[in-house]
Amino acid sequence: MTIEIKELTKRYKDHVAVDNLSLNIEKGEFFALLGQNAAGKTTTIKMLCGLVAPTSGDAFLEGASVVHNQIAVKNNINISPQETAVAPNLTVVENLRLMARLYGYSKIQAEQCAIAQMNIFGLLTRQHEKAKTLSGGYKRRLSVAMAMMSTPKILFLDEPTLGMDVRARRDLWSILRQLKGHVTIVLTTHYLEEVEVLADRVGIMHNGKLRALGTIQQLMSQTGKPTFEDVFLELTEGESR
Amino acid sequence: MKAVIFATRNHKEIVRDPLTLLFGIAFPVLMMVLFSVMQKNMPFALYEIETLTPGVIVFSFSFLTLFSGMLLGKDKSTSFLMRIFASPMTAADYVIGYVLPLLPIAVLQISVCILAALFLGLSLDLSVLFMGIVLIVISLLYIGLGLLLGTIFTDKQVGGIFAIFVTVTTWLSGTWFQLDMIGGAFQSIAQLLPFFHAADAARAVLSGHYEDVLLSLAIVVGYTALTFIIAILVFKGKMQE
Repeated sequence: MTIEIKELTKRYKDHVAVDNLSLNIEKGEFFALLGQNAAGKTTTIKMLCGLVAPTSGDAFLEGASVVHNQIAVKNNINISPQETAVAPNLTVVENLRLMARLYGYSKIQAEQCAIAQMNIFGLLTRQHEKAKTLSGGYKRRLSVAMAMMSTPKILFLDEPTLGMDVRARRDLWSILRQLKGHVTIVLTTHYLEEVEVLADRVGIMHNGKLRALGTIQQLMSQTGKPTFEDVFLELTEGESR
Repeated sequence: MKAVIFATRNHKEIVRDPLTLLFGIAFPVLMMVLFSVMQKNMPFALYEIETLTPGVIVFSFSFLTLFSGMLLGKDKSTSFLMRIFASPMTAADYVIGYVLPLLPIAVLQISVCILAALFLGLSLDLSVLFMGIVLIVISLLYIGLGLLLGTIFTDKQVGGIFAIFVTVTTWLSGTWFQLDMIGGAFQSIAQLLPFFHAADAARAVLSGHYEDVLLSLAIVVGYTALTFIIAILVFKGKMQE
């Protein structure tokens, strides 16, 4: 098991953002965590990345606790946040090198790893362009490539295709498909077709709780709904916060 | 080592925006020239180069507040900071990484202003060198204030707040006029805050009154420590939101 989440809860005063979440994600699995806005997805990811301390419960990533051993957790994971999160005045290759160096790579290793990721993400021709001059699609590619620079065992992608046009989104999907099986990926997105194309398994959150868990086919047969969109709407119906 | 790598990135982010940097160096020099010209046409000594130079250099440090505040504010609003927080860097790495790249800029500001002051009639002796050292210590106060602003506000808000900050702190520092010209509550408030003491310490060291430096410098160092402690605490709190 790569990720074991045990009764993870995050409470802000009277508001429970994540409520007693328990879940296991297998090694190499492409897992999609879905839900409406404020369902608790991003808070869950922040807790799993050691960015936010849980109020109670724990999660173990590659065996390391997010509560007790954050440095070990951080050495095994990486994240591509909701916003593009690139250094705007650095070039593409400088952004990539920076990430590798922050994770302890030597200059030579960082250079080799940057070239490898630029190859995978189609960034070689743009390597000397400043990140702020890139189109939205290329910024997203760079964002995910930066997250891959540390060779993470677990990769968190928080709405990686937000605001991308159809072609750019499909291009990124094709890149993400290449990563399948090599790295455990936890994806949050509002695009259900993205989940249908990429995800092995899906968890649907609503009001901080996990409402459903399984493959798309399993969820469709459990709910008796003809499309995945109908499944999602059925499971996220009810009072929203 | 990670702090130095992060500092290098931050240095590049700042110096690759040359217009802002140039403004932060050229504008104080311009003010120094203008006030020196005014002094030549005034019947009494208000803007003599020996009192004007330390004040103008302290005024130029307001731009360090702008640079550090904007950088941190932008890193926060673009989620770049979240990406960095997910890496195995320590709290000390962040603080050093943001402070270190601003010190060479402070040295550049001090050097350019002193060079301009020498052309305007300042005599070159050891006290000029001592003033430079004291000013480097003072620059940390303004860098810390920028980090505090950047932690609380977005980069756009920091830009707006800077206009108020630079006006208020310059008035309170007694750069353009002596505080006892206004006196009363204004003078009392100014003496409670560090800005007057920053300019006062630099003036005392330049005039060779070294015994007067310690108290003013101690007040500035105390405020600097307090600013950094508050900035770090707010920073940690913000990341948990």
